[in-house]
Amino acid sequence: MTVRISNDAVAIACGADAVAAAFAAAGVEVERVSSWGMHWMEPLVDIDGVGYGQVSADQVPSILKGDAESIGRIEDHPFIAKQNRLTFARAGKTRPTSLDDYYASGGWLGLGQARAIGAEATIETIMASGLRGRGGAGFPAGIKWRTVADAAADQKYIVCNADEGDSGTFADRMVMEGDPFMLIEGMAIAGFAVGASKAYIYIRSEYPHAIAKMEDAIRLSAHLIAPFVVEVRVGAGAYICGEETSLLNSLEGKRGEVRAKPPLPALEGLFGKPTVVNNVLTLAAVPWILAHGGEAYAAYGMGRSKGTMPVQLAGNVKHGGLFEVAFGITLGELVNDIGGGTASGRPVRCVQVGGPLGAYIPPAQFDLPFDYEAFAAADALIGHAGITVFDDSVDMAQMARFAMEFCAIESCGKCTPCRLGSTRGVETIDQIIAGNNVDANLALLADLAETMKFGSLCAMGGFTPYPVMSAIKLFPEDFNR
Amino acid sequence: MTSIADIVAEHAHREGPLLPILHDVQKAFGHVSEDAMRDIAQALNLTRAEVYGVVSFYHDFRKEAEARPILKLCRAEACKARGVDALVPIAEGQSRVKVEAVYCLGMCSVGPAALVGDQVIARLDQARLSSLLEAM
Repeated sequence: MTVRISNDAVAIACGADAVAAAFAAAGVEVERVSSWGMHWMEPLVDIDGVGYGQVSADQVPSILKGDAESIGRIEDHPFIAKQNRLTFARAGKTRPTSLDDYYASGGWLGLGQARAIGAEATIETIMASGLRGRGGAGFPAGIKWRTVADAAADQKYIVCNADEGDSGTFADRMVMEGDPFMLIEGMAIAGFAVGASKAYIYIRSEYPHAIAKMEDAIRLSAHLIAPFVVEVRVGAGAYICGEETSLLNSLEGKRGEVRAKPPLPALEGLFGKPTVVNNVLTLAAVPWILAHGGEAYAAYGMGRSKGTMPVQLAGNVKHGGLFEVAFGITLGELVNDIGGGTASGRPVRCVQVGGPLGAYIPPAQFDLPFDYEAFAAADALIGHAGITVFDDSVDMAQMARFAMEFCAIESCGKCTPCRLGSTRGVETIDQIIAGNNVDANLALLADLAETMKFGSLCAMGGFTPYPVMSAIKLFPEDFNR
Repeated sequence: MTSIADIVAEHAHREGPLLPILHDVQKAFGHVSEDAMRDIAQALNLTRAEVYGVVSFYHDFRKEAEARPILKLCRAEACKARGVDALVPIAEGQSRVKVEAVYCLGMCSVGPAALVGDQVIARLDQARLSSLLEAM
């Protein structure tokens, strides 16, 4: 009998350690594995493939006796069976920092293939896969790699952006905590392809479990990726450092202020050297693409959105967790069919896709397919593919106010529209909430939003207007009581 | 007892050593004092203003010591959707623990969530938060 319990931070935060200790006390050996991503079930106990959800330590004796009710085979559960798990193929199955488990589940095949076909063909494979940056901008990864590869320099860098600050997202954290060798392999392939000898992975300090697992995994696999070297750097609580140029300044030991582009980081990045800055999910997709071929990856998805996206179902959702699926699935399928609607049981009022800078989307638009271009056309963004669900008790004026407040707290201060506009935005929304000159203040707010949108240096100030203005447009009744 | 000089020496060979140094100084002393900033600036050949600018930019670094235990409560959108705002009166109704806002712990499917040291706690409700605060 093999008992598997996740040691992902979500499982631990929901009490998995006590459950594992109870099994151990009963004389049963427990394997601590990655999370299946069915977060509403955590702590989820997997006994030879059969699952028991929301287990507490006092239920362990009845599970061992066979008296407890199971959810059946985990792999057959609709939440898992409906996914296209490429990046998360190992989720729930392997011990995160076990090299044996990683080898046995196809680990290092991608790096071996890259070394066999050479750097140029590796970039070609990424080009053919259609892989686009998963951090939010959706820029083709192959073109970025080609740019860095073609740049002449004595030193080049790979920088993995693991500053996953968007509320509603946790896929990067799950990769780092659940499959850290895969990310290291992705970085090593990128380094090989572009001629970089050193990688930094910039992890936010709010993720202590991810930092610990990545450091362990880097130590255990150093000999396999040598002479390529990976080093963890820990952020310091600044949301803006998820913006790539701010991240580079932070890595250099400076204030995390945004840089003007050009120059592009691909040509003048970390310490002025050509640098690939890729999100965790982008690099984590790379080993699969190399092992299976670019065309195999491109066979998933729709239009120019190729492959799969690890969608994160978050907030007030019944079945929250990680759902990796080919692009093209509709928002409604994700929220209602997969997510099961709200956790509170009340009607869904809206969802926010893409984190704090993403627009609010109402159920009337749930036929929107998950596709970069379709979202852009609807004035929304996929971002890092986090979907935060709200029920009908949400006060959208307060959410709009929070969007501005968050921007004011987290603005790096470099450009005026973002630094001052966010604070003026909070004040103006406060006037609206108080009922003072509502129409005039709404007009003023719309004007301010335009200024921020077109005048800000980066997406922080440039996209904060999206949640604000979408809330006003969709739910005017919340702003004029 | 670790000294600032020891910490600086440990990281001085690294590229861009300032943030790792500041993290270790804060871990060892609980904050980054004016004196520490002066010593770090001198060791790295930076101005005190440059070091101060970095310390004051990042939410993690504190310039003054905090005697109380610290709980970081996530106040971002996903935890708001799951009702964290109803827990704020409980956090504010006591003063023994310093409760700070944090924006996302990656627990967005099982919030409201909090961070105490390196320990993450999810599915908080009023009762769980109260007992958590009392136990700190």
